[in-house]
Amino acid sequence: MKKTFYSALAFTLLLAGCSGGGSKPASSAAAGPDTEKGSGVMTYEQYMAADVDSEVVIEAYVQAKQSWWDNTVTVYAQDNDGGYFIYGMKCSEEDNGKLTEGQKIKVKGYKSIWSGEVEVVDGEFELEEGKWVAPAKDVTAALGTDALVDSQNLKVAFKGMKVEPSKDADGNEVAWTYKWDGSGSEGDDLYFNVSVNGNTYSFTVESYLCDANSDTYKAVKELKVGDVVDLEGFLYWYEGPNPHITSVKAAQ
Amino acid sequence: MRTLRRFLLCAAALLLCTGMLSGCHGSQGMADFAVPEQLDENRKFEITFWAKNDTNKTQTKIYEKAITDFEQLYPNIHITIRLYTDYGKIYNDVITNIATNTTPNVCITYPDHIATYLTGANTVVPLEGLFADEKYGLGGTEVKFDAPKTEEIAPQFLKECAFAEHYYAIPYMRSTEACYVNQTYVEKLGFTMPEVITWDFMFEVAEAAMAKDAEGNFAVNGQKVMIPIIYKSTDNMMIQMLKQKGAGYSDSDGNILIFNDTTKELLYQIAEHGKTGAFSTFKISSYPANFLNAGQCIFAIDSTAGATWMGSDAPLSDIAEDKIVKFDTAVRPVPQFDPSDMKMISQGPSICVFNKRDPQEVLASWLFAQYLLTNEVQIAYSETEGYVPVTTKAQMTPEYQEYLAMKGSDNTDHYQVKIEASELLLNHLDETFVTPVFNGSTSLRDAAGQMIENVTKSVRRKETVDDAYMEDLFGSVTSLYHLDQIRSASSANELGELPAASKTLLITLVVLWVLMGSYYFLQYRRSKKV
Repeated sequence: MKKTFYSALAFTLLLAGCSGGGSKPASSAAAGPDTEKGSGVMTYEQYMAADVDSEVVIEAYVQAKQSWWDNTVTVYAQDNDGGYFIYGMKCSEEDNGKLTEGQKIKVKGYKSIWSGEVEVVDGEFELEEGKWVAPAKDVTAALGTDALVDSQNLKVAFKGMKVEPSKDADGNEVAWTYKWDGSGSEGDDLYFNVSVNGNTYSFTVESYLCDANSDTYKAVKELKVGDVVDLEGFLYWYEGPNPHITSVKAAQ
Repeated sequence: MRTLRRFLLCAAALLLCTGMLSGCHGSQGMADFAVPEQLDENRKFEITFWAKNDTNKTQTKIYEKAITDFEQLYPNIHITIRLYTDYGKIYNDVITNIATNTTPNVCITYPDHIATYLTGANTVVPLEGLFADEKYGLGGTEVKFDAPKTEEIAPQFLKECAFAEHYYAIPYMRSTEACYVNQTYVEKLGFTMPEVITWDFMFEVAEAAMAKDAEGNFAVNGQKVMIPIIYKSTDNMMIQMLKQKGAGYSDSDGNILIFNDTTKELLYQIAEHGKTGAFSTFKISSYPANFLNAGQCIFAIDSTAGATWMGSDAPLSDIAEDKIVKFDTAVRPVPQFDPSDMKMISQGPSICVFNKRDPQEVLASWLFAQYLLTNEVQIAYSETEGYVPVTTKAQMTPEYQEYLAMKGSDNTDHYQVKIEASELLLNHLDETFVTPVFNGSTSLRDAAGQMIENVTKSVRRKETVDDAYMEDLFGSVTSLYHLDQIRSASSANELGELPAASKTLLITLVVLWVLMGSYYFLQYRRSKKV
């Protein structure tokens, strides 16, 4: 009954980019991204320069999406020049099925900034011709620098990251926690610390992107302090970098 | 943290849907609960407890300790806890489980939500019989712990759990909203902090804070960002403004009264300050505490249960240490229209007990619910945030009084802002209120907040907010939250005559029963004659 209810409300988690343990190579898509924008569409540069609360129109390729619910979906998208976080975009359940990885879309909405995250809100979209799956950009060297924000919302990679201890609810040192302070339980976001070049950073498995059944969620739960891993994800921002991790592999 | 933002929106949507569906459940209902003569201590009871914490590991530990301690007293009762961090999710799961009679035994919830649970027959146990039971009632003779008596529960809080002519819950914790103020900036702008802030004062200071210097920085903080007022829960904002104005919101019969001229007037006032950027909301901008602590907000309005995040020395923070600005934090009641007639919302979790086929199981559930009112649980949990124990028994203990007296002695357990937030409620108990509870009151609350969100977004986007806009807004939230489908008690009495088809059906049924009765009577007479 419970399962049926959730299903009826379409509250079941639809995952993108979490089960395969990493993005497909760029060559799997038909071609590279279009570099020309359609009529009335902003370039990435124009979008970033637009005022907060102003209307924006963008074209980009879906890279991943969070769970669909209540006729909205949250999308990580990218074009040739930058990344877009499209929060709570209007989308029917049927159309949600068409928002596959790489699908080109045109989105009309409003620019917003929420705790440092630049995003499109109250958006509506149209499907457009075109497919492109972005390769993950290695931003390991930019960690801890002001330059990192330039890659906000991009699909990114972090190489050779060492798992550092976190504190669980009892104050024990562990490799990861449910919620930021260990107060959560299975199905909640996972938090874990990783370091490179002597600096430690907090990364997240966002449960609406990679739920407890996903390979990524399971892989993070297998981490041990001291493991060295290569990570991929989307460079989300919450009062600073807060990457949403979608792939965890032993460092190459 | 972003997940919470998303979840709040998600939960609101689910509340909408489930509220509409709740009338359709096929639960067959259970018999009225009657208090057993004696708890059967030779039987094992498995009790499920659905609880909520504020993403706070100390709260989780307090629940766990309460369970362990209770199980030591009652080894035949085993409690399984399921933790949530959102009331909406608990509500949704309860609704889902009513149909299959798989509700938890004990649940932390809001009275608004219980009103919907009541659409299932005998789903929630009315508690007045249990309160008064000599053996197992509040402080009863057979209760194995030092429970409060009925009169030791703060009457204001207990009253909030009475609706539909019964007590369907006991209060667990209480909080209110507070205005956390950067007093340093208020004074820097040339104002003196009053004991009670009025809306006019707050808006005046906020507009003054919008002044910029030659470099385009806000003069008051020298930064590029300043949102002088950020309100976390805009539903509470609208509800409290209307209450203070003596304007309509709803009544206990479920009549929707919110669409009135005062609401419009308030929305225009909010729009005026949203337009200048002096006012914003959590949904639009983010957590008030983040901006307050970064010196980018002057009036952060949030629950007293969020006090540990507020202020330069707050024990909890989501922003980098180097972004935190030093300032004096003043804790004040929510702004008022008339400081001599203050009104502030009372909120916080309550506990309900679900009915089961086995009255012994219900009694075991009740004992655990009652255990959550013991001093040990009440004091420990209230100290995790700016909560207040719901029993005067706990409030008056030397332990709790000492806790209050140690205000400001450290920035952890006795963090000044947190204890001032608790004192705010303790000092204004008689000025608190709650909104009427009925099936649909949750949707109305969501609609109240949505109107503020919409108006604020619209003016920020340079849309025209005029009377036509207001009419559209009233219509759209009515439709979105199905407020036109809420059946009030008074309207239920005004349904008028039954339709002809219904009358025919009822008459036919009566005739059939009479004919069947006559037939069996005649058969009986014949058999006697034979």
